[in-house]
Amino acid sequence: MAATLKDLPGTGSFARGIHPEDRKIFAADAAIEVAPTPRDVIVPLHQHTGAPCEVVVKNRQSVSMGEVLGEAEAFVSAPVHTPIAGKVARTGVVTLPNGRHVAAVPVRSDGDQLEGQDLFEDMFGGDWPVTDLDGHSADQIVDAVRRAGIVGMGGAAFPTHVKLTPNKDKPIDVLLINGSECEPYLTADYRLMMEAPAPIITGALLAARAIGAERIVIAIEDNKPRAIGAMEQAVAGTGVEIAGVTTRYPMGGERQLIPAVLDREVPTGGLPLDVGVVVLNVGTCAAVARAVLRGKALTHRIVTVSGSGIEYPKNLLAPIGISYQELIDHCGGLRSSAARVLSGGPMMGFSLGELDAPVTKGTSGITVLTQDDLIDQEETPCVRCGRCVDVCPLNLVPTKIALAARHRDWDLARQYHITACMECGCCAYACPAQIPLVQLVRMGKALLPRP
Amino acid sequence: MAEDTPREAEAQASPEAHINVAPSPHLASTSGACTTRWMMLDVLIALVPLIVAALVVFRLYAVKQLAICVVTCVVAEALFTRWRGRHANLNDLSAVVTGVILALSLPWSAPWYVGLIAGTVAIGLGKIVFGGLGQNLFNPAMVGRAFVLVCFPVALGATAYQSDTSALDAVTAATPLTRAVQDGESASLWSLFLGNVNGSLGETSALACLAGGIFLCLRRTASWEIAAGTILSTAVVALIAQLLGDGVLSMLHHILAGALLFGAFFIATDPVSSPLTPTGKWIFGVGIGLFVMLMRLFSGYPEGVMFAVLLMNATTPLINRWTIPRPVGGPAPVQV
Ligand code: SF4
Ligand code: SF4
Repeated sequence: MAATLKDLPGTGSFARGIHPEDRKIFAADAAIEVAPTPRDVIVPLHQHTGAPCEVVVKNRQSVSMGEVLGEAEAFVSAPVHTPIAGKVARTGVVTLPNGRHVAAVPVRSDGDQLEGQDLFEDMFGGDWPVTDLDGHSADQIVDAVRRAGIVGMGGAAFPTHVKLTPNKDKPIDVLLINGSECEPYLTADYRLMMEAPAPIITGALLAARAIGAERIVIAIEDNKPRAIGAMEQAVAGTGVEIAGVTTRYPMGGERQLIPAVLDREVPTGGLPLDVGVVVLNVGTCAAVARAVLRGKALTHRIVTVSGSGIEYPKNLLAPIGISYQELIDHCGGLRSSAARVLSGGPMMGFSLGELDAPVTKGTSGITVLTQDDLIDQEETPCVRCGRCVDVCPLNLVPTKIALAARHRDWDLARQYHITACMECGCCAYACPAQIPLVQLVRMGKALLPRP
Repeated sequence: MAEDTPREAEAQASPEAHINVAPSPHLASTSGACTTRWMMLDVLIALVPLIVAALVVFRLYAVKQLAICVVTCVVAEALFTRWRGRHANLNDLSAVVTGVILALSLPWSAPWYVGLIAGTVAIGLGKIVFGGLGQNLFNPAMVGRAFVLVCFPVALGATAYQSDTSALDAVTAATPLTRAVQDGESASLWSLFLGNVNGSLGETSALACLAGGIFLCLRRTASWEIAAGTILSTAVVALIAQLLGDGVLSMLHHILAGALLFGAFFIATDPVSSPLTPTGKWIFGVGIGLFVMLMRLFSGYPEGVMFAVLLMNATTPLINRWTIPRPVGGPAPVQV
């Protein structure tokens, strides 16, 4: 494996999985561009795992950038902030790409905005110290992260302060930074690592202080040599390690990445902290640094807009709450050949029927596929070829789970470990009969009676 | 993207692209045999060397047998699915594959009605009664072959292969395994390897079986675990038998002669009737090899591949149940 993996216990790879074409070429070389300030944003009150926020602003109230719009009492939750200065309008309901209907606060732009290069500098520029971070106690760090509303930006949107809160029973020794970005098309993390490695590393050091981890490892897939190079330069002298891991989908999954780098197996139904690990995405780390050192909330994120159905693929620094339509328009709009618009990448992304949904903290990209990318094959009977078994990264038997779900045979579904499935899509990708395995498993999980 | 300027105009002219929604994943594999039809095509391509070998050795007999079996299987598939009120999907080519494999497993001399009956039974009893493609418990071609073997023991027995009056060299002698059982005489390994020995259409040339089989395994259309399991276990048992001085056949004879290679690569690897997991595939393959050797060594019956495959087919659901793999991270904890 890459020389960068030398002192780590893992092999840099995991068993099974697939090798989809990475198609990152569309946007890989497009430098991060700041999206123009929209006239309106609509900020969902529930963008994260956990309790939804309550509105804390009044209709017509004037807000400045970074002001809290909604928050919740619950521990597992994250406040939301306005990314622009403006006037609050009446709370409405939006439909997120995952199908959830959530309350959302509209803000209409008003007054001076921080935008363009200034915004980029404010987010990622300036000095990011890697030493003398001792002045920040663990509690301060966790509190700043919580107030900034930071959630996992790789897609799962789990509140970060929860992960960083020390747990006496489960000591953490390794902080693993996930820069693998294994979904095809997406390049947001890649660009961030190349253009702003410093805040990532500062954020990682701060997070490691909070959880008391001695070791920090940044894992990057080996199809991104330039990102590995940039990060290697940036970590010089900090003690942070870089692990070049094999390019294989779904390397970015915690259950793949942790064994690949650390040779530890996360128990089914458990969390990385059960094996002494916390995993943070690179974007999340940068947000942590910004929150702790500069007191800034999570108001913007990098969104890759890519795919053959998009006129000019780009990586945009976009305000949270901007509509998908606006970002797509900024990239030249949909081509007439566009056939499917996805929130996220093609393996796990949700397809959109309407483009007016708002970008959330977990939106890693917008992928627009054309009919040529999609395989429009009719479903044929399962020929029990076992390919789904050969690729399942969790070593499940997808065909049996899907069959059990189809027949509502919950005992059989449990026997075949339906709840372990992470819905990565490898099985359906490989199935020659085009059986919607993931959809069936997902449906099965939803209908599975609680024991 | 300089060449994209005209597209820009196009995009502006029709901003409303027709987008659709579907569940993830949104990409499917495009490498290897990525549809069922392609898998079947793969099998047919892999069968080409065997068909050529059969044509060279058995000439018109081979043509006749192949034609009868393939046509019967396809027609039977169409008719039976129509009766079941289903839409017959002949495009997946599975009926053609069954037909070719059936033809290659019959002796050159089998009369026309044997192919006809075997094909009808293969598709009807072997496949459609179970619910069509993907549902059958047994390998359809072997069901058809077993049926005719029971019905026409003479037309398909050891003597069927031999003809003193035929113009073909190969068929004036008994099949190598029959000769070994009856006369204690073993064929030259070289002729077994290249072909030009008597036997069912598909089993004459070990070389052709290997070429086609290895192609299939490389394409991942056939599971190499099954083929390897079958060949290895046969080899081990045959080697023990050879060392104990039992019989006239060496280990290599057991592997190269008869339907072993053909069976290991083309019959046992039928995905539908074999297990799903790699462990299950090994058990299945090893089981076939053991049964083959059991029959060859301890019964008067010189072959054994067909029965071994059918026997192991019957155990496939059981093997699947035994070999549920341990998920990464262990089984989910029982919730309370
Ligand atoms: S890959 Fe598809 S056809 Fe093959 S066993 Fe799995 S579900 Fe069946
Ligand atoms: S979606 Fe589930 S069953 Fe399918 S490959 Fe991924 S983990 Fe395995």
